[in-house]
Formats: sequence, structure tokens, C-alpha cells
Amino acid sequence: MTTSTTPASAGTRAGAEVRLESLRRSYGAVPALDGLDLVLHPGELVALLGPSGCGKTTALRLVAGLEDADSGRVVVGGRDVTRLPASRRDMGMVFQAYSLFPHMTSLENVAFGLRLRGQAARERHRRAGEVLELVGLSAQADRYPHQMSGGQQQRVALARALAIQPTVLLLDEPLSALDAKVRAQLRDEIRRVQLEVGITTLFVTHDQEEALAVADRVGVMNSGRLEQVGSPTDVYHRPATPFVAEFVGLSNKLPATVADGSAEVLGVRLPLVDPRAEPGAALAVVRPESVGLTPAEGDGPLVGTVVATSFLGAVSRVRVDLGPVGTVLAQLPTAEAGRFAPGARARIGLRPEPVVVVRPHE
Amino acid sequence: MTSSRATGSRLSWIGAVPFLGYVALFLLLPTSLVVVQSFADAQNRPTLANVRFLAEPYVVSAFGNSIALSAVSAVIGAVLGAVLAWVVATGHPDGTLRRIATAVCGVLAQFGGVTLAFAFIATVGTQGLLTLLLQDLGLDLAGPWLYRLPGLVLVYSYFQIPLMVLVFLPALDGVRPQWREAVETLGGSTWQYLRHVAVPLLTPAFLGALLLLFANAFAAYATAAALISQGGVIVPLQIRTALTSEVLLGRENVGKALALGMVLVVAVAMYLYARVQARGARWLR
Ligand SMILES: Nc1ncnc2c1ncn2[C@@H]1O[C@H](COP(=O)(O)OP(=O)(O)OP(=O)(O)O)[C@@H](O)[C@H]1O
Ligand SMILES: [Mg+2]
Repeated sequence: MTTSTTPASAGTRAGAEVRLESLRRSYGAVPALDGLDLVLHPGELVALLGPSGCGKTTALRLVAGLEDADSGRVVVGGRDVTRLPASRRDMGMVFQAYSLFPHMTSLENVAFGLRLRGQAARERHRRAGEVLELVGLSAQADRYPHQMSGGQQQRVALARALAIQPTVLLLDEPLSALDAKVRAQLRDEIRRVQLEVGITTLFVTHDQEEALAVADRVGVMNSGRLEQVGSPTDVYHRPATPFVAEFVGLSNKLPATVADGSAEVLGVRLPLVDPRAEPGAALAVVRPESVGLTPAEGDGPLVGTVVATSFLGAVSRVRVDLGPVGTVLAQLPTAEAGRFAPGARARIGLRPEPVVVVRPHE
Repeated sequence: MTSSRATGSRLSWIGAVPFLGYVALFLLLPTSLVVVQSFADAQNRPTLANVRFLAEPYVVSAFGNSIALSAVSAVIGAVLGAVLAWVVATGHPDGTLRRIATAVCGVLAQFGGVTLAFAFIATVGTQGLLTLLLQDLGLDLAGPWLYRLPGLVLVYSYFQIPLMVLVFLPALDGVRPQWREAVETLGGSTWQYLRHVAVPLLTPAFLGALLLLFANAFAAYATAAALISQGGVIVPLQIRTALTSEVLLGRENVGKALALGMVLVVAVAMYLYARVQARGARWLR
């Protein structure tokens, strides 16, 4: 399915606004979260993206109430829930892996939250059946977790979290234990269900492709802080900091000279994302999509030898060795990439898209 | 039909040969001897006399005592051992507490026999250290209780508890913290977590361990033999009497019949053990 970026209003209840205000949390001397501010609009899916150990899980657990904040607040729908225990926060949570109760069938797992609320067996099984249908698993209702694949188990976990009609949905790397194909499928499935229910959702992942594919907005974290929050396009094309530029998407780092609000890279003048960048020697972060290739003869600063090509479906990536500058990665339609077999000579071209520059020592 | 798969499964037996040989030599052979000779007299003629002997009132009472002793010491060991194991399991997985506890339990679980009996006699026996100490305080521990069933229960618990810790710890380790957190986020209390998740999940492992402890106590001999020098209050001691007593000379096969009775009881316990294990093992992997 194609993901729309506007939350559907088809849900039975409108999502709530969730505010994370200056959340801090340290483990011993290690600050896991160093003042996190983030607002999730009603019904919105925000992905928290960042490298391992940057504090994503900690942030999610503070919101869930599974961990206490040293300072800061969590406000849901205008109500401060910072002091509430997890059991009274009304949040659905999907864990990384294997969190289903192994002695219960899918249906019993999904109905469990309703059972805790004292709902009668008939009623809760009917409701659990509905939610299982929502995640496309009606046929597996009587299976035990060990009789299902990892992907099916995670769908049941999603259904279990949604069955209690929580105000907020929290997902901590729900796909990381699955293989690539199932991962992409389930990712779209989660997005479909989230839009259908219209629930405010925080989705934690270290996989940038996943974050860009499912989220309304992406928050990029580094060392316990948010570096940038924005739409997937913003984060990808207009990274606010060098860290975001490097972490999100593949990138080339090419020597550049910054002057007069633009950067000169391999003799080509490119606009800057941040025109206030200090003049002088720098490295420009250039996306593979901004690098074009043409067959070439002879020599020149922009001509090199193809060292590898990798096929990714509709597009292919070609790595070109430019000698002293190093190698440059270009991305082009697979139909064109056929002309650049390893060993071929190619001339690179840089599209005039805004670039981020980093200092060479960074 | 010599598909590579069939060959593979046929070859996979080879690795089990030493084990099967061991089982045949030290388990199947003696057991069949016990079974066959239980139905034979000293001249190897078939007879039911030995087996009929099992119905003698004092033999029945020895079986009753054995079963009661094993059951009570198993329950005490299982309950206290489970609590101890839980304390150990909630600590740090590589922590000092855990390393010391598993090491100590490993030793104590094997600590039965003469040494253990002596340790108890020296402590709470008629002239024991603690007995004399308490006597000064006006408390009387002395008496023959240590050399009867209550004493055996106490002494057996001494190795049952650490055995339980060793057997139950892996099951507790299999309980995932996410289950508790999932219950919490679904709105459940600690009590609801225990009632609906932890206890049902651990019950098979607990029952399995209980049966193992039962069999362990039922088959124990050395500790009781060291503590009780004559008579046959429990079955293993009856067997001793049958094998050594002058009165029963020429009737060693009565001992085999007693052993047959024990084999049957242990077989029932192990059958039940296999049944409950099959369920729980899948859950707590
Ligand atoms: N229970 C804990 N005790 C001690 N330190 C912890 C604990 N939980 C997290 N930390 C530390 O806090 C920091 C942030 O951890 P967190 O789990 O939030 O990272 P993460 O972004 O989720 O990483 P990953 O992608 O690896 O899951 C890390 O340095 C981690 O070592
Ligand atoms: Mg994490």
C-alpha cells in the first residue's frame, strides 16, 4: 500500500496529544536521556530514530511508565501522567520480540487485557476476534505462540496492545527480529492499522528506511537528545545537523570549500542547507541520488573507474573510484546502470541540491 | 530407498550408542534381573512367594513410610527451594550471590550419606552441640526423634532444598521480563501477573521438580542407613535387612521383590515427570 501522511479519521476515537517535556534519565553516571522534548499530535505516528544506545528505548519506557524519569513530564491529552504507574497509563505496548504469553492462544493473548478489566468471556473473545481480524490473523486465533512465525507473533502482539483501546501505542523495534521481507510487509501493515485506528503512536527503530517509510514525522536522536524532528522528506533532504545528514540515508563525504553561502565540491558550486556555515575547508555530505553518471573517456577530476555495482530493484548503486578523492557512490535507475560494469570509465556529475557540510575533523 | 535424509537419520543413532550401552548395562540389565528374580526362589524355580511378601503388614508400612518421607521432604524441599531460587534469580545473572548460591547448592545437593548423618548427630543428636547448648537454656531437644521418620525428614530436606534450587533456577530464568511489563501496560497488577502468567507458566516446572525430589528421596539409602542402624522403617532399609539378616537367609530374592516395588513407584513418578516436563519445557525456553 502507499502510505498517506494524513492520519485517517476513520478511527473509533480521535488520538490524544502526547507531550514529552524535558525528560531526563541517567543510569549511574551515564545520561541515557538528556532533556528530551517532543510533541506527538493526535493520531500521528512519530518514529524515534537513532543509533544503538542513543536512548530510544529509554524514552519509550519513560512514556510507558516502565521506568521513572529523573526529571521532566509526560503529558497525555492534557493530563500529566508522569507519576502514574504503567498499569494506569492506558498505553498499548509492542515489545521487540517474544512477549506473548506462551501458555495462551492468540485469541487469549489478545483478550488478556480485557480479562484483566473483568470483561465477560463472550464479550472479550468477540472483541479479540475483531482485533485479530484487523491485523489479518483470524485464521490463527487458536494457535499458541510457538506454533506461529515471528511475524505472526508480532501481529498478535500488536492486536493485544490495541484490544484495550489504549490512548497511545508504543512500539519498541517491533520488527527487528524479523527477516527483511516480512519486515517490510509488517511495517506497512502496522501503518495501515495505525491509520485505521487513528491512534497516536511512538515507533522506535534504528533502521532509517523503516522510520522514513512509516512515520508522519521522524525524530532523529543522538546521545540522549533529539537532533531534528521533521517530516521524512525534511529529515532526508534538509538535515538540520551533520549528524542527521550522516545517519539518515547513505552519503558520500567529499572535500569542499565553503565560501559566499555555497560550497565548491569537485569544481561544482552547490547551495548549502545552512547558509551560515563557516567559510573554509569542509566535507560536503552528498546523497547517492544527487550523483549522476555518464560514460567517459580519458581523464579529469570528475572521471574515474567503476569498482562495483549493486542491484536494488528499480535502482542500482554504482561505486566509482576517483583516485585521490576516494570513492563516490551514485544511485541511478537500473536501466541506466547497465552501462557501468566494473572496470568501465565514468564521469560523475553533481546535481545542484542543497548539501550539509561538516568540518573535516568531525 | 536410500535418500540422504534416511541415511542421515540412521547415522544419527551412532552418537547415542555409548549412552544406550550405558543405559542397557546399568539400568535395563539390573532392572530386568530384579524383575525376573523377584519371581524366583533360591533354586531359581518360579514362585510368587517373594511378591506375596510385599503384602506383609510391616512391608506395607515401610512403603507407606518411604512414600510419606519422600513426599514430605519433597514438598518442604520444593517450596523452600523455589523461594530460595526465586531470590537468587531476581539478583544479577552474573552476580556474586548467584555464583556462590549455585556453587553451594551444587555441593549440598550431593552431600547426603554418612557425612551428613554424622553432621546432624553431632549437632542435634543426644550429645549434639546444639542439644547440649539448648539443654543449658532449659530446652530439651534430646530424644530418639532424630533416628526416626521426623529426623529423616529434617536430614533429607538438607539435600532436597539445594537440589530444588539447582533444578528450578533454569525455569525461573526462562520467565521473560517482557511478560511482566506486558501485563503492566495492559493494566494488570503484580498479583494478576502472578496469578495469570507467572504461576501457570511455572507450575509444570515446579511439579516436575517436585517429582524429581520425590524420586531422589525415595531412592536415598546411605543417609538413612548411617542414621538408623537397624530395623526397616523405610524400604531401602528393609532391603538391607533382607540381604543381611540371618533370619531371612536364603531369601535374598525377597530383597529383589522389595526393589521391584521401589522400581514401580519410581517409574510412576518418572512417567508423571515426563508428562509435566513436556508442557513446561516449551513455554520457558
Ligand atoms: N537498565 C539499565 N541500566 C544501565 N544502563 C542502561 C539501562 N538501560 C539503558 N542503559 C543505558 O542507557 C543508554 C540508552 O539506552 P537505550 O536502551 O535507551 O538505547 P537504545 O537507543 O534503545 O539502543 P538500542 O538501539 O541498542 O536498543 C545506553 O548507554 C545504555 O547502556
Ligand atoms: Mg532499544
